Amino acid sequence: MQIIVNGSCLEVDSGFTLLALLDHMGKPSAHVAVEHNGEIVERNDFSSVTLDDEDRLEIVHFVGGG
Amino acid sequence: MKALSKLVIAGQAFSSRLFVGTGKFGSPEVMAKAVEASGTELVTVALRRIDVHSPADRTLSALNFSRYRLLPNTSGARDAEEAVRVAKLSRAACDTNWVKLEVTPDPNYLLPDATETLRAAEQLVKLGFVVLPYMNADPVLAKRLAEAGCATVMPLASPIGSNRGLQTRDQLRIIIEQATVPVIVDAGLGMPSHAAEALELGADAVLVNTAIAIANDPVRMARAFKGAVEAAELAREAGAGDQTLHARASSPLTGFLGVEA
Repeated sequence: MQIIVNGSCLEVDSGFTLLALLDHMGKPSAHVAVEHNGEIVERNDFSSVTLDDEDRLEIVHFVGGG
Repeated sequence: MKALSKLVIAGQAFSSRLFVGTGKFGSPEVMAKAVEASGTELVTVALRRIDVHSPADRTLSALNFSRYRLLPNTSGARDAEEAVRVAKLSRAACDTNWVKLEVTPDPNYLLPDATETLRAAEQLVKLGFVVLPYMNADPVLAKRLAEAGCATVMPLASPIGSNRGLQTRDQLRIIIEQATVPVIVDAGLGMPSHAAEALELGADAVLVNTAIAIANDPVRMARAFKGAVEAAELAREAGAGDQTLHARASSPLTGFLGVEA
């Protein structure tokens, strides 16, 4: 299935959880925030949110800033 | 000179009056060392999209997050809605309800939008955030933001990253005189003397990023800012004498060369 992550299309297996996706992308889940179809997902729910075809994700993290 | 009172923001006491930004450093390691050398207890960070196609951004990889109060900013937000969205994401990312509110629609001067900043501040305070708003040095706006429930005000000295020092000195004086919340002078402090001057004017703290980050030796420059801030604190504690137009002799003028005592 296809999902949209930060505006880019990604092909993933159906049934993927958010946590599995972050692992798959090699991104740590600490200090990361995720909007799933416009709703913020609490970090404790990363492992229970299952992704569906055409879901839209916004994944952000901290970088240096003033 | 305004007497020095303990710096407390939303119930948290700070012993260092120097806050440090983490952007624009040459490497994560230099940033972490400079932050440590500054003696700061609070660092600002920014929230950005993860790059789906490239390795993880390492800019904060050397920073020990547990050692510092983290203050995420809403940089990049162009209006109140975007700022609130970024603040909510930051809260989810690091479990802090503190936010440095920045709404800067103009990329050339990065000057803050007063009405959108106030609107966002009102919403964020209602949502339970501890709001530290970046603002132009406008004394009326500072009052409005404090009345809206902001924990501090953060008036700019000069445009972000410009290193031009206290171009807003007269307005800062008024903000400080009227303040009911801590005043943190933010943006444009390019030299340690600028930071010292802000504190001597009566500011409660300063936030410095670019001046440290783009120095040839950021770690040494962080130490310089630390020293300047501490010098100004000592001066505030010491209490400065008044200024006069005419000279006041430091040496006795009598009892010598024919002048009678």
